[in-house]
Amino acid sequence: MNAFGFKLIEPRSIDFDQFDGRLLNEILEKEPSFKICLSCGGCTATCNAGTLIDFNIRKMNLLLRRGEITGLAREIDKCMLCGKCMLVCPRGINIRNVIMLLKKGLVQYRNENI
Amino acid sequence: METPLFTYPFSIGLMFIVSFLLVVTCIWLAALSKSDRKLILKKIPGPASLKAIGETFMEALLHRKIFRKNPVLGYMHTSLAFGWFLLIVVGHLEAAVHYHTFSFPLWKSIFFRYAEPAPATGFAGHFFATSMDFLLLLILSGVGLAYYKRFNSRAFGMKKTTQLKVGDRIALTALWLIFPLRLIAEGVSAGLHRNGSFLTQPTGNLLAAILPLPLLEKPVWWAYSCALGVFFVAMPVSRYMHIPVEVLLIFLRRYGVRSQKHVNGYTRVQVFSCSRCGICLDSCQMNHANIRNTQSVYVLKQIRGRRLSDEQLFNCLLCGRCQKDCPVGIDLNDIRITQRIESTAEYNSTYDYLKNGPSPQADVVYFAGCMTHLTPSIKKSMQKLLNYAQVNYWFMDEHKAPCCGRPLIQAGQLEAAQKLIANNRDKIMQSGARTLVVSCPICYKVFSEDYKLPNVRVMHHAEYLLELVNQGLLPVHNSPKRVVYHDPCELGRGSGIYDQPRQLLGQYVELITMKHEKEDAFCCGGSLSNIKISMQERDRIRDHVLEEFQQYRPDQVVTACPLCKKTFTKGTEVEVRDLAEIVWESVSQQIIAAQPPVKQLEPEEVPS
Repeated sequence: MNAFGFKLIEPRSIDFDQFDGRLLNEILEKEPSFKICLSCGGCTATCNAGTLIDFNIRKMNLLLRRGEITGLAREIDKCMLCGKCMLVCPRGINIRNVIMLLKKGLVQYRNENI
Repeated sequence: METPLFTYPFSIGLMFIVSFLLVVTCIWLAALSKSDRKLILKKIPGPASLKAIGETFMEALLHRKIFRKNPVLGYMHTSLAFGWFLLIVVGHLEAAVHYHTFSFPLWKSIFFRYAEPAPATGFAGHFFATSMDFLLLLILSGVGLAYYKRFNSRAFGMKKTTQLKVGDRIALTALWLIFPLRLIAEGVSAGLHRNGSFLTQPTGNLLAAILPLPLLEKPVWWAYSCALGVFFVAMPVSRYMHIPVEVLLIFLRRYGVRSQKHVNGYTRVQVFSCSRCGICLDSCQMNHANIRNTQSVYVLKQIRGRRLSDEQLFNCLLCGRCQKDCPVGIDLNDIRITQRIESTAEYNSTYDYLKNGPSPQADVVYFAGCMTHLTPSIKKSMQKLLNYAQVNYWFMDEHKAPCCGRPLIQAGQLEAAQKLIANNRDKIMQSGARTLVVSCPICYKVFSEDYKLPNVRVMHHAEYLLELVNQGLLPVHNSPKRVVYHDPCELGRGSGIYDQPRQLLGQYVELITMKHEKEDAFCCGGSLSNIKISMQERDRIRDHVLEEFQQYRPDQVVTACPLCKKTFTKGTEVEVRDLAEIVWESVSQQIIAAQPPVKQLEPEEVPS
C-alpha cells in the first residue's frame, strides 16, 4: 500500500490490560493545570527542540493519557526546557512542571524495574 | 574556694558546644575540595585573615548590614552580640586584674560577683564594676527589644517574622532568660555583700527589702548557670548555630572559597550560618501570590534538616532579591541551584541528536534566544539596527538552534545544559566572531558565565547598542516620552548591568526614577526558574509590579528582556517595549525624516 502513496496506520485502540495510568494520575495530582489541556498543539508548533529533530510534545501528552508510557523516557529527553510551550499555551498549563514530573516519574519506575 | 556545684551546668554546656563545633568544623573542612583546602592554607598567614577579623567585627558583632536595613533592628542585634562579647572580654579582664594573673578557673570570671563577694576597691575595681553593669544594661535593652519584636515586628521594619521550631524555642527561651537571671543573681549577691554597682546594687537593695536573700543566693546562681548550659546544649539544634558558624563563613569567604555546583562543606557552612532572621521573607515576591513556605529561610532550614521537598525547592523565581538583603551574605541562589542539580541528577538528557554544521564567518554573532522568538518585534528591531549600522553579523538562531542552556541550569539539569553549551560554543568559535550579542538576559547570563568563550566579548544588546551609539553608528534623538525602565533579574542582580540600559534610554526618552529599581527591582513574575508556580500566581506577582509602574504614569514601560516584556504585555494597557524597539523606532523615524518629501500628486494630475 505504501507504494501507492497510502500509509498503513496501526490500530489505535486502547488496550486496557496494557493501560498504565500511574504516571498520569501522579502528574495530574501534582500539576492540576494539566487537566485542562485541549491538545491544540500550540506547544508543538513553537517547540525549539522540534525544529532540530522529530519531537512532538502534544503526542507525548496523548501517549501519557492513553497509558502508553514505554518509550516516553527516550522521547521526553529531547526537550530543552526552554519554556516557549508554556508561554504560548492558551490554557496556561505549567508544561515545564509536567515535563519535570514526567522525567522524575519515569526514572522512579525504571529504578523500581516495573 | 572550691568550685561551686552550680557552675557545672555552665561548664558542661560550654565543653559540649566547643567540642561539637570542633568536630563539625573538621567535618565541613574535610568536605571541601582539595584546591579549596590548599587555598585556605596558603591564605591563612596573609592579609585575608586580618580582613576576615575586621569583617567579623563589623558584621558578626556590630551588624552593620542590619543597621542599614533598620536602625532599631540593628541596635537590637548589636546590643546583644557586641554587648555579650564585651561582657565576656571585660569580665575576664576584671578577674585578671583582680587576681593579678590570667590563669584562673574560667567560672571565676563568669560568676565573678559570686566568687568575689567583697565590694570593689580602688579605681580599677570601680571602673570594672561600673563597666560590667553598663554592659549588662546594654544587653538587657536589646533583650527588651527582642521581647517587643515578638509582638510587634513591624516596629523593626519587618512585616513578617520566621516560624520557629522546637530547638529554636528552647534556645530562644534560654537566651531571653540568661541576662535577666544574671541581673537577679548579681543583684541578690549585691544585696547580701554590697558588691554591686549602679545597676546591680539598687536591684539588690530592692530585692533585699522584699525577699529572704540568704536563702535565694544559691538558687538564682543555679538558674543563671542552667540558662547558659541549656543555651549551649540547644545551640546545635537551633538557629543560634549561626553565631559561631557565621565567623567560619566569613573566614572561608575571605580566603576565596566559593559556592560550587555541587553540595560540599561550604554549602553546609552557609546553611548553618543562616540566623533565620527573616529579612529575606520581606524581600520575597512569592508573598504577593500568597506562597509562604518556599522562601530562602525555610529552604535553608529544610536543607539543614535534610527534609527539603521538590515543591519548596522549585517554587522560587531565583530573582535574587533575598540574596542582596541577606545580612550574612549567603549565596542563596547558588545554594538553591545546587540543590536542584542534586535533586534532578538522575535524569539528565544527552541531546545526542545535536549536530554541528559549518558556521558562516562573521564579526558579530547575534543570538536572539528562545524568548525573543516569541516577541518577534525585538529581533526584527535588532536585525534592522544591525543592518543600519552595517555590522557584519551572523544571526545564529534565526531558523533553528538549541536553547542556550540557562533554563536547564535553573531547573538543575546541569549535565544536560553542558551538552547544549558545548554545541553552541563550537558554532560560535567556528564563526571567528569576536563579539556575541544576545537579546535575552537569561541567555546573557549563561553565555557570560558558563560558556568560557576565549577572546569573545559577550554583550547584551543594551550594551552593544550603546556602543554603536557612542561610535556614532546609530543616530540619537530625544523624544519627550516618559518611560520607566524595568531591570530584568538576570541582567540586573544576576549580571550587575544597571547603567548601560539607562544611558542608552537617556539618549532617546525621558527616564523616570522609581522606588524599586536597580538592585531593588522587582521580578516580573515570568521567571523560568520557577517550575511549580501556576499562571494565576504569576499574574498576581506581575500585577503587583505593574501597580508600582502605574504610580509614575509612564507613557511606556521599557525593559531589556523578552520574557519580562511578554509577561507585562498581558497585564497592562500601557505600551511595553524592549530597548531595541525604542532605539529602532527612533532611528526609523529619523530615516523617514531625512528622506526628501515625496511630492503628493493632485487628483487632476493623476495620469489616466
